[in-house]
Amino acid sequence: MRSGTNGQPRRRAAECAGLLAVLAALVALFAALSDRFLAPETFLTIANQIPDLVVIAVGMTLVLVSGGIDLSVGSVMALGASLLGVAMTDHGWPAGAAALVAASVGLGCGLVNGVISVGAGIPSFIVTLGMLEIARGAAYLATRSQTQYIGPAIEPIGAPLPVLHLSPAVLAALALVAGGQFILSRTVLGRHLVAIGSNESAVRLSGIDPRPPKIAAFAISGLLSGLAGVFQSSRLSAADPNGGVGLELAAIAAVVIGGTSLMGGRGSVVNSFIGVLIIAVLQTGLAHVGATEPAKRVITGAAIVAAVLADAARHRWAAADLWRRLRRAVPATAMPADRL
Amino acid sequence: MMPSVPPRVRTLGLNKAYAVPVLSDVNFECLPGEVHALIGANGAGKSTLARILCGLVRPDAGSMEFDGRPYAPRHKRDAEAAGVHIVHQELNLVGNLSVAENLFLSDLPRRWGCLRLGELREAARTALARVGLAGLDPATPVAALGVGVRQLVEIAGALARACRLLILDEPTAALSDPQIERLFDHIRRLRASGVSVIYISHRMDEIARIADRTTVLRDGRIVATRPVAALPVAEAVRMMAGRDPSAHAAAPRVPGPIRLRVRDLRRAPAVRGITLEARAGEILGLAGLVGSGRTEFLRAVFGAERADGGEVQVDDSPPRRFSSPAEAVAAGLAMVPEDRKEDGLMLARPVAMNMSLASLASFRRASGLLAAAAERTAVGQTADRVNLRCASLDQPVTELSGGNQQKTLIGRWLMRDAAVYLFDEPTRGVDISAKAAIHELMGDLARRGRACVVASSEPEELMSLCDRIAVFARGRIARVFERGEWTHERILAAAFEDPAGGAQ
Repeated sequence: MRSGTNGQPRRRAAECAGLLAVLAALVALFAALSDRFLAPETFLTIANQIPDLVVIAVGMTLVLVSGGIDLSVGSVMALGASLLGVAMTDHGWPAGAAALVAASVGLGCGLVNGVISVGAGIPSFIVTLGMLEIARGAAYLATRSQTQYIGPAIEPIGAPLPVLHLSPAVLAALALVAGGQFILSRTVLGRHLVAIGSNESAVRLSGIDPRPPKIAAFAISGLLSGLAGVFQSSRLSAADPNGGVGLELAAIAAVVIGGTSLMGGRGSVVNSFIGVLIIAVLQTGLAHVGATEPAKRVITGAAIVAAVLADAARHRWAAADLWRRLRRAVPATAMPADRL
Repeated sequence: MMPSVPPRVRTLGLNKAYAVPVLSDVNFECLPGEVHALIGANGAGKSTLARILCGLVRPDAGSMEFDGRPYAPRHKRDAEAAGVHIVHQELNLVGNLSVAENLFLSDLPRRWGCLRLGELREAARTALARVGLAGLDPATPVAALGVGVRQLVEIAGALARACRLLILDEPTAALSDPQIERLFDHIRRLRASGVSVIYISHRMDEIARIADRTTVLRDGRIVATRPVAALPVAEAVRMMAGRDPSAHAAAPRVPGPIRLRVRDLRRAPAVRGITLEARAGEILGLAGLVGSGRTEFLRAVFGAERADGGEVQVDDSPPRRFSSPAEAVAAGLAMVPEDRKEDGLMLARPVAMNMSLASLASFRRASGLLAAAAERTAVGQTADRVNLRCASLDQPVTELSGGNQQKTLIGRWLMRDAAVYLFDEPTRGVDISAKAAIHELMGDLARRGRACVVASSEPEELMSLCDRIAVFARGRIARVFERGEWTHERILAAAFEDPAGGAQ
């Protein structure tokens, strides 16, 4: 009676299918509204624009699942990009070494976020809000508030490869989505993150120190933010200390559209990736049908709220459905459980 | 029934189903000034009936009358307007709000939208004094209170309203004996003033003392309604279960070497120097009033709270003070906490994930990967061992009954295996048969050479379960009884002692 049932994975697959259906519906809608939309170039352009947001959404998913939040991602990305730009333009470092600097600085910022919020028991909202300001300020200091024009040395990372038409950055982002999902659903670290987000006190009283996994989530988020700085610089051929303003909100929106709970304990990296795609298709599609920038913002905002409402409704439905199936699966006489 | 005195509440052919019937053709009545006990195994439909009476659930079919008039509450508000109040078994308080605010949450005294704080505080003082909590500052946040006091606060909230029918769902689960006495005084006073009380409980001894009539529910049907005097306990249990409760003849337990040694453990202010030991093959009970320091002691032993002084030794490991549960678990301790929802379970997560939480490390491959198949097999075996009733191991644990939730938590530690198992109120809010199953699991652990330490506010439970009982009073051990030495009265007397020096 209780073996063999795999309700949980099946429900997850259903969620993923639902998001893909929304994505397909958006594509169909814009294809109907604009005859130029349904073209390979549209999708390649979208794909090559989103790697930075995708990898940030991966890290954000892990942090949100553990019950935290990372508001510093946009600024840390800009700091990573700025240091990469300075290293390459002022000091003539090769792209690889500079990228390593950006990633390391991101990792460092993430560790600071994690160690302070977890170690001192301060809400991550506040600590990462502080880091949002600190990293942004540091980016301005490093670049003297000037955009650093790097030139072709950094471009290969963001330039589409021949034949494939996708950039190495896109491929790396896809690999990181797969890696993030793997961590979340197949490793002990991932299970600990879900458990901490569900009930941290229970985790602690089960003899598990919740601090290392939580710090790890922030560290991963920081590392991926630094990496996003590399991707962004390569796309722009420049390091922009103003880059990524408000990106934390875009990332949270994408992750939440993907069904990850802001309360922790529930989330999927793959679904966050689809959330990024939904936002990107929406924005590109709106541009195609000639929506103005303010109109795009109104519609995108409404779409975020609608997505979360739909998610809530789906969960209520899923719970009711589960209850019905349970009642059907168990013979009525056995149902008042607990009798031996 | 005399037409001039209609029942306070009467249900006629009440039906409710969630795919299968939960209540079938229930004709229940409670007279004015009657204390009517409602008993049955978990899932028998007691709570559903209570929820229908107070407007939280609507029946599929059937009707109700209140004082002879048709009664069909659509919301809890309608029921409250009629004078029907309920005290839930699940504590329904808002932790961050003060006691006073919680007491009057649904009708806070206000003028032009502003809280009238003085009036609120006065009303709260009166209500608290009524349940014997005169010393409690109404401004205290509820989060700072223990479970027993919270339960009293909730009862005070219901008593403070104009009440014609009061429904109490397991009101005494977290209360100490004197607190229960005070509650019973209250119920008697309410009864004398014509208020009807529906009393849902698993504790047959309390029902015998306080109720006038008992209705037994099984599988959603009323099996019998009888005056309490005409329903012996054994017969009631048989009616609830539909068969004889098996008299469990356990193999005798033989105490072995000492597995847990606690020396002069202190944690201000609740634990003031506790020394005790527990042997392999032994179940040691911790009795005492609410606030006597049992819970705080167990938490300090386990490192959930940092002890100020003293030592804990498991087997032959060096004596020390655990600064985190992780250290305690590594040394061979396990604890099933008092509040399983707050401190034990991940309610929205599957049974399997809840059960394997403490033993994930044993399913970690060198790569950090989780050995999912091995985990699932082990969870399945443990679920069988604790006789868990669930539709699927992927079912969210919140959908299980209290007894099965507790079995899930015990299973969590069986999967990991420990030298010493600490249980804090392991059978609170659990029905009779699940309680027996949990006791059996403890006996089994002891027979296999583990030491069990069980804190309970029910002396009867400890007397039937334990080999020795340590009675806590004011953060110290007042007395330790061996099996055969104890009686209910002696335990109670010890609980009121002041071990620091003479009785007060």
